[in-house]
Amino acid sequence: MKAAVVVFPGSNCDRDAKTVLTQVTGKAPAMVWHGDAELPEADLIVLPGGFSYGDYLRSGAMAAHSPIMREVIARAKAGTPVLGICNGFQVLTETGLLPGVLMRNRSLRFICKDVRLKVERNDTIYTRSYEAGEIVTIPIAHKDGNYFADDETLARVEGEGLVAFRYVSESGGLDDDANPNGSQHNIAGLYNERGNVLGMMPHPERLAEPALGGTDGAKIFTSLLEALH
Amino acid sequence: MKARITITLKPGVLDPQGKAIEGALHALGFGGVDDVRQGKYIEVEIGESDPDRAKAEVERMCEELLANTVIENYSYELEAA
Repeated sequence: MKAAVVVFPGSNCDRDAKTVLTQVTGKAPAMVWHGDAELPEADLIVLPGGFSYGDYLRSGAMAAHSPIMREVIARAKAGTPVLGICNGFQVLTETGLLPGVLMRNRSLRFICKDVRLKVERNDTIYTRSYEAGEIVTIPIAHKDGNYFADDETLARVEGEGLVAFRYVSESGGLDDDANPNGSQHNIAGLYNERGNVLGMMPHPERLAEPALGGTDGAKIFTSLLEALH
Repeated sequence: MKARITITLKPGVLDPQGKAIEGALHALGFGGVDDVRQGKYIEVEIGESDPDRAKAEVERMCEELLANTVIENYSYELEAA
């Protein structure tokens, strides 16, 4: 599996993504600068976390219009898997590849902590190493992760099973207390209709080896390796 | 021409920053203050003297970048240079 990680000015999880991809696939991913118009051949494109363009205007808004994104959007539409983590998820909503928007957290605070997530489905390229309904621990670190979409969009997202992960309590309940940022329906991650694009606020690359305190995040990457070879 | 663009959250979209501002105004003694909503103001100088073309250009800028129309509305005024 050949991966490419897009690096924007202000990305700060690009090297974490590189580390986990190298460990899991045995090959270092191509690191692609945002100003490049050409994207190398890749089986997976990762939009990493960070604060691209200083979050100017809206988180992800400027990055969504950077030269490399034209090619990323074209590849995503052609079926190439695109994984957006945190700021990458914000970029994906700003491009329109995923519906809705990530607003300021309801507490107005930057939140950095481990959260429990429920893996909604395990029949996707991103989650086949998990059990369906499995409760996993993955950290979040964001100020704009409050998922919002209009009622019609939410109904469609739920109806088509596009929710990838939800914030839950330890027992798996959808309590408001378990919702760190005010996201509608406790949504933490979302697929596009085709299932090749995944955006998620939690950082799987930050909990992907025992030295970091857990490995729940690694299964996203092992799933991809298994699905894409 | 100069465009003065105002971007506001759509009615019904939660505005936690507006709420925090409202709380601060109450704390300063502005007891009658209610329903504070915050937004953005952007000025753009446009190299276009035809009002209709300038209008079309500003609307495209708002739709494509300046506003996220999932949650935001925009309005603008044009002023001849």
